[in-house]
Amino acid sequence: MTIGTTQYVLVGALLAAIGCVGVLTRRNVLVILMSIELILNAVNINLVAFSRQWGQVHGQIFGLFIMADAAAEVAVGLALLIALFRNKATVHADEMDLLKW
Amino acid sequence: MLAPVFFFCLFAGTAVLGALLVITLRNTMHCALALIVTLLAVAGLFVAAGAEFLAGAQVMLYVGGIMVLFLFVIMLVNLEREQQVPQTAPQWVLGLLAVLTLGGLLGVMLLRGTGRWPAAVTAIPAAVTGPGGNSERFSMELFQHNLLAFELVGLLLLIAMIGAVVLAKARGTRIEE
Repeated sequence: MTIGTTQYVLVGALLAAIGCVGVLTRRNVLVILMSIELILNAVNINLVAFSRQWGQVHGQIFGLFIMADAAAEVAVGLALLIALFRNKATVHADEMDLLKW
Repeated sequence: MLAPVFFFCLFAGTAVLGALLVITLRNTMHCALALIVTLLAVAGLFVAAGAEFLAGAQVMLYVGGIMVLFLFVIMLVNLEREQQVPQTAPQWVLGLLAVLTLGGLLGVMLLRGTGRWPAAVTAIPAAVTGPGGNSERFSMELFQHNLLAFELVGLLLLIAMIGAVVLAKARGTRIEE
């Protein structure tokens, strides 16, 4: 057995699917944000795998940009969560229904 | 040539196991710790694929920065009450079905697409490791051909930082000088 691009893509697909399950089924906003991190990491695995496949570093550079994006997303997401927590005292996504009805 | 296979399986298994723990554990703090394990395992996968610089950035940025932020916020908003109630949203059956469909589509794509790209690369290509190592190749490419994007990412981080400060600041309070 050799490790090729297929195995890397498989791991990436697994992580992305697990992250999607987390986003769709958990109530805690913190865990939802963590699942989004999982999905972004799955993307990075794919980028690095194809960078290895084609022998170019462009994929890795894109991966670095995605990491910076993830940092920005987490900073804003957690700040939003703190602002919401101050108003509603909950971290559950289904209780933050101020705009519903 | 058993070592690469062993390390790939080790890191991949750890990453997937940690990810499963992230979405199943009840305590948010435990979820964050499981996510740290996953992120470290993904950094190991990066090393295995010849992306040493990205692996270092992963450890520093994710584990050192983002996860510390997560742990900080968890300690800030964690309530005992939050852990007593069910942690699963009411639409979890639908969500699971949707993801199973997505997973099936990805599986079909992998099965049918495996032969489409060139035969499996077993060694790390020299163009990725480069004469001066991966970091030199990486930074050459980054600063010679992607300088504008790099600067824009810096601007994005600045804007996100300002936004985070504005959002997290309590209403009506002023930041002391």
